[in-house]
Amino acid sequence: MGDDALGTGTSMRTVDYEAVQRTAEFRELKRRHRSFVLPVTAAALVWYLVYVVLAGWAHDFMATPVLGSINVGILLGILQVVTTFAITMIYVGYANRRLDPLAEDIRSDLEGVDPDLEPSGAR
Amino acid sequence: MGGTNVGSPLLNIAIFGVFVLITLVIVFRASRNNRTAADYYAAGRSFTGPQNGSAIAGDYLSAASFLGICGAIALNGYDGFLYSIGFLVAWLVALLLVAELLRNTGRFTMADVLSFRLRQRPVRIAAAITTLVVCFFYLLAQMAGAGGLVALLLGIDERAGQAVVIAVVGALMILYVLVGGMKGTTWVQIIKAVLLILGAGVMTVWVLALFGFNFSGLLDNAVEVSGNPAILAPGLQYGNNPVDFLSLGLALVLGTAALPHVLMRFYTVPTAKEARRSVVWAIWLIGIFYVFTLVLGYGAAAIVGPETIRNAPGGPNSAAPLLAFELGGPVLLGIISAVAFATILAVVAGLTITAAASFSHDIYASVVKRGEPKPGQEVKVARWTVVVIGILAILGGIVANGQNVAFLVALAFAVAASANLPTIIYSLFWRGFNTTGAMWSMIGGLASAVILIVFSPAVSGGATSMIQGVDFHWFPLANPGIVSIPLAFLLGVVGTLVGRRRLEDPVKAAEMEVRSLTGVGAEPATRH
Repeated sequence: MGDDALGTGTSMRTVDYEAVQRTAEFRELKRRHRSFVLPVTAAALVWYLVYVVLAGWAHDFMATPVLGSINVGILLGILQVVTTFAITMIYVGYANRRLDPLAEDIRSDLEGVDPDLEPSGAR
Repeated sequence: MGGTNVGSPLLNIAIFGVFVLITLVIVFRASRNNRTAADYYAAGRSFTGPQNGSAIAGDYLSAASFLGICGAIALNGYDGFLYSIGFLVAWLVALLLVAELLRNTGRFTMADVLSFRLRQRPVRIAAAITTLVVCFFYLLAQMAGAGGLVALLLGIDERAGQAVVIAVVGALMILYVLVGGMKGTTWVQIIKAVLLILGAGVMTVWVLALFGFNFSGLLDNAVEVSGNPAILAPGLQYGNNPVDFLSLGLALVLGTAALPHVLMRFYTVPTAKEARRSVVWAIWLIGIFYVFTLVLGYGAAAIVGPETIRNAPGGPNSAAPLLAFELGGPVLLGIISAVAFATILAVVAGLTITAAASFSHDIYASVVKRGEPKPGQEVKVARWTVVVIGILAILGGIVANGQNVAFLVALAFAVAASANLPTIIYSLFWRGFNTTGAMWSMIGGLASAVILIVFSPAVSGGATSMIQGVDFHWFPLANPGIVSIPLAFLLGVVGTLVGRRRLEDPVKAAEMEVRSLTGVGAEPATRH
């Protein structure tokens, strides 16, 4: 590793990235990745915006007591925390099962083609 | 004002001194291997996910989120809690869309990723500018807050004395970053995060125990002491202007994943998988911490009382320290005070190394030296930049001391969400995105966010404006996000359509996509 700032990362023109991009395996990885992260992010953001809008415009609803003095607003806030934790763990499970093995396959294929690659960096 | 101080300033200083001593030893030990740029900026990419996740929490949970949110809940009730939810949910964007792809494609800075497949020089310069602007606003807010904290915790009322303490904090920070680089900064953040979360956790259990672990009973007491049942529902702080809050909420939830000092932390781990683990750890730590602050905020309202908090030096920021004093006397107050100082130190250090890396790596090495600086020169420039930024931060902190600059943190999030996030998302997920789109989005997002805030009631024409006595505001909201974020996303699309004739390198685009998803050719950890 030097101080060279050229480019971003070890440049490896030896790999034909356009060919990799066209393989069925890579297209499947991309599909699995996007079909999870894009809708889930959108859903999480919508759910957050619903919460903010309720907090901004539905004060009385949020003030409705549920458990003793604990009201809808506090429960919804805690629920935001819970859903954030849940989405996090669901994504980790999905990535471990559906994304990582495929990415590792493609990576080891490419590294097999080019022995100059640094496998240790991509454990 | 000194008469209303509680606890012992000497004890507070002593406990903080112990923290500084311990962290200094660690920083010096960690600094032995700071030779290359990868060592200095990215700690040799050798931290584990859990370590980096703790450091992210340490970097992210600033004094504003600890003292600020506790105080806001104690005085304004529920609306203080709203802040923390935005700060937390925002991490999903970082987890799902940004962290791993960024780790796989970049080396040191946000600009690495943005300029990967676009034209290097213009995109790098624009990304470096937005990085420096965000870091500067954030830094100024932290340093200005330090003055108020000094008044509260050390009982120093004169501005000259406060200035000395701000200078000492700044000088310490420069020392940490200069000597320790990213490795030292990371350790300071890890230690601070552990102390902060443990301290808040102990106080939370303590408060709940006082009320027989009955949260509803705690709320009843808070209502009784403050004499205002409205603190349990939203509306006290933002009730008159919910659009403004929506605007703030957008900036919080979309800004986090585009904060340069947060992004830079993803380069300190060896792989994308560790970057993912970092965010998972950060989300758990930050989420649990914000639940603690909910209890602590209402606890401060119930046990200390809003009247006492309002009249204490430091105002709302004194809620958590005063609660610590009520619970555990001067010793717990001393510990919490030291944690608060450590918080400022750790956050400021993270911002400084990010700004220095951006200047040295993006502007000096990549643009001025066209990617071929002399060996060792880049790190040398980074170290000088640290000194310059540190001095600017100290001066800025002294000048801004006592001014109402609380809006600066929100502004930093708004600028990040407007100027950085659209380009990050587009360049990672949209193959047709091009240089013109990136330039329009970054410059348009930055300019609109800053211009709208200058002409907002946060700067002039409001009861709590920064500049009193004049009124040149025409934008009705204190938060520009609701306009500037959609505008920047739109400009990215329009610019891309306008600049379509000039073809970008398709090979680079393919390389970026393959690398971002598979980690092929990602920068490995350095071995010493």
